[in-house]
Amino acid sequence: MRWTSLGDFMAMGGYGLYVWGSYALALAFMLIEPWLASRRHQRAARALDQTNSQD
Amino acid sequence: VPRLQRLPRCVYRLRKVDCCIFSDAFWDQLLKPFFTFAAPSRFYALTNKLLPWLWVTAILFALAGLYLGFLVAPTDATQGEAYRIIFIHVPAAWMSMLLYVVMAGWAVIGWAFNARLASMVARAIAPTGAMFTFLALWSGALWGKPTWGAWWVWDARLTSELILLFLYVGYMALTESIDDVRRADHAGALLALVGAVNVPIIYFSVRWWNTLHQGATISMSAAPKMADTMLNAMLLMTVACWAYAFAVVFQRTRAIVLEREAHTEWALALGSTMAKVAKVRS
Repeated sequence: MRWTSLGDFMAMGGYGLYVWGSYALALAFMLIEPWLASRRHQRAARALDQTNSQD
Repeated sequence: VPRLQRLPRCVYRLRKVDCCIFSDAFWDQLLKPFFTFAAPSRFYALTNKLLPWLWVTAILFALAGLYLGFLVAPTDATQGEAYRIIFIHVPAAWMSMLLYVVMAGWAVIGWAFNARLASMVARAIAPTGAMFTFLALWSGALWGKPTWGAWWVWDARLTSELILLFLYVGYMALTESIDDVRRADHAGALLALVGAVNVPIIYFSVRWWNTLHQGATISMSAAPKMADTMLNAMLLMTVACWAYAFAVVFQRTRAIVLEREAHTEWALALGSTMAKVAKVRS
């Protein structure tokens, strides 16, 4: 391992903003997208429950 | 409705040719059971079991890839640490192209064979494909600035990837704007099919045109030009992205299945069990 400290790791040899900027958006997208998908699924399930209780 | 009338005219014409693939026997005995097996109800039950495993796979491979990419892989001789963007950039770019081909394929199958589930899968892939396309463009811009000195250039690779994003967005806008879901599926399939011509253009753009973008990272004809650890980290991240894409697309397809099949018997039976689960939880 070539990093001497956490600060060194975060700095990424002066490219920290570019490197972490890429991974931060990836992480944000990959947390939000599954959340949106499961929320849509839950909504559909709830709507189905309502039709059921009306019958 | 006679079965033939539901097929597009080009398929009907082909069936007139005396060819076993388009004979009635082939259709009835092989194709039809295949699409019955791919019934939304079965898909719904199967993916319920698959999803946890896909998420575990995605997380484990991402952790392994990031460990290898950030803690083991050496510094690049020319690009310094900026090159570490590759571990998300290349998998995202690969996924953006692959998902488009898969989306167009399912959309066309759903159209040609009137297979409902195929159309639903195609509709579910679009947002994930758009997400990976945006991620490839974003990470590319953040990589371009320190290495080329520009966030963006109108070069063949970047421009064709931007067109891919517009194709995904156009597909979603078109399908969401048509109320009749099956008509929306068919219109989307046509758009996806026409847009598919862009995928080979993206892939070969670095060879066909003189571009600023570097050549293919991995090619079938030459040995990899990068260190083993770098390559392995990138491949681990690619597997993680595959598992992620499967998981989130399945999750979204499940939502679409419930939305569209709400009137069917199996879905209604499912609804009652879900209500019970919800009550137990609350």
